[in-house]
Amino acid sequence: MHSDRASLKLKIAAAAGLLFLHLPIALIFVYAFTTEEKSFQWPPPGYTLKWFAATWNRPDVWEAMALSLKVAAISTLLAMILGTLCAAAVSRTKFFGRESISLLVILPIALPGVVTGIALRSAFSIAEVPFSTWTIVLGHATFCVVIVYNNAVARFRRTSGSLIEASMDLGANLFQTLRHVILPNIATALVVGGMLAFALSFDEVIVTTFTAGQQQTLPIWMLEELVRPRERPVTNVVAMVVVLVTLLPILGAYYLTRGTEAVAGQGK
Amino acid sequence: MTVVQTTPSAQAGPSDGLLTRVSDTLWRRPTLLLLILLTPPALWLGIIYLGSLFALLLQSFFSIDHFTGLINHEVTLATYAELFTPANFDIIRRTVGMATIVTLASAVIAFPIAYYAARYAKGAWRALFYLGIMMPLWSSYLVKVYAWKLILAKEGILTWIFEGLHLTWLLDAYLALPVIGGNSLSVSPTGTFLVFVYVWLPYMVLPIQAALERVPGSMLEASGDLGATPAQTFRHVLLPLALPGVIAGSIFTFSLTLGDYIIPQIIGTSRLFIGQAVYQHQGIAGNIPLAAAFAVVPIVIMGVYLWIAKRMGAFDAL
Repeated sequence: MHSDRASLKLKIAAAAGLLFLHLPIALIFVYAFTTEEKSFQWPPPGYTLKWFAATWNRPDVWEAMALSLKVAAISTLLAMILGTLCAAAVSRTKFFGRESISLLVILPIALPGVVTGIALRSAFSIAEVPFSTWTIVLGHATFCVVIVYNNAVARFRRTSGSLIEASMDLGANLFQTLRHVILPNIATALVVGGMLAFALSFDEVIVTTFTAGQQQTLPIWMLEELVRPRERPVTNVVAMVVVLVTLLPILGAYYLTRGTEAVAGQGK
Repeated sequence: MTVVQTTPSAQAGPSDGLLTRVSDTLWRRPTLLLLILLTPPALWLGIIYLGSLFALLLQSFFSIDHFTGLINHEVTLATYAELFTPANFDIIRRTVGMATIVTLASAVIAFPIAYYAARYAKGAWRALFYLGIMMPLWSSYLVKVYAWKLILAKEGILTWIFEGLHLTWLLDAYLALPVIGGNSLSVSPTGTFLVFVYVWLPYMVLPIQAALERVPGSMLEASGDLGATPAQTFRHVLLPLALPGVIAGSIFTFSLTLGDYIIPQIIGTSRLFIGQAVYQHQGIAGNIPLAAAFAVVPIVIMGVYLWIAKRMGAFDAL
């Protein structure tokens, strides 16, 4: 344990843990090509590409996908605005109730999704708000704020306050400072927060089941298929596509946050 | 910030006079700036989120008339009392029990991954480990559940592996066990347990890794130099230092298991969990007060849990 090399036992345990995390997802990719229609037979009796064509021609999949993308885009935008404002306020100044604001932002993901879901649902029914894209957005934006907030707060903390003061001392007004100093400094953090928020919203199902009414986002479509399977091979293909679609923002976020430990003005 | 008092507008052109004036005002009055920054998020979260939560809480104090199916708007604790009927209390006990063993199992599986990633993974391996944890964390929740439906199905890969190893008898014997067994893995509580552990595992790895990264390697070496066996070092040095991380992770695994209603619906027996009870009571049964009361249960449990976790210093590891 005190050497620089890991013991064999630790290596095996860590590798086994990682395999446990990845093999099930890898399995999805194999099943997308199976010729078997009625069951989840393993090993697949044969391989085919025809289910990709079948999925391509399914309007319900496209509609669900379009709704999911739309909801994720609007929620991400809202979350980016609200999260950044909140992060700016909390990290720049100390004020009464600062701790409660942080708590308020974290609460929607700290509490189980089912609580958020039923709370919103009952509020909609009390206020007689009919279900629409906007009721879904309302829920999603609420728990996406924290993702943007966390990323922005961390970056604001690392951005030195003296940079802003220097900009103002040199004659820039608040808006010029925002445009030329603050935004360039926090831009990658915002993009990363936005990407992660997008991935979260695109994938969310628990709150959505309460706020969607009869509408189908892609996760709700998947859930329907899981509870009442209609065409299993199509579900396999959609599952694979969903993995690929959510992978992109994650890889992008990773790429952008690599080596951001060193930010201008840090350490002052 | 207080030393320099020259007007920031000195070099601004006359064309952007209004912007400059607004900027000056905001700079001179930080409270006003703070107010402008805070109002939109505070309004959004305060009205939409807290308002909804409050409305929910209020409903849990109403009751339903079992004959007419209408909600009786008189404040009463009768709905909460209903939680303690044997059938309902069973649901709560089952969910809390599941959340507990899922949390324990996640901690055991997560620890070696986190320890390796924090202490030994360097360079490209480190990046690989990071992505290796982040990708499953962010992969679609439903796809992950679906993958396990494929794995645990009677004709699926797990049965195939057991057949290949000539261990089918072992699987059958296990499934024949009461309480944890069932017709096949996909309709047994063991299946539910496996999927929960799988889906929440990354939430456990990350905080433990963060806590372990703060443990200096020299401390472990000192322990070894002073004659401790690796097991003793683990027990008396590493584990106490990693505990806040474990507790931070357990907040996620515990809370997420408490509130989930999709995994037990797709994989497992027909016995309900809290989340399913909430969903069913508000949906088909239309018993919003009881659904609300059920929803308060995880809030209360998590409140107590967070309070204990805070006292043990878990939040520093987040």
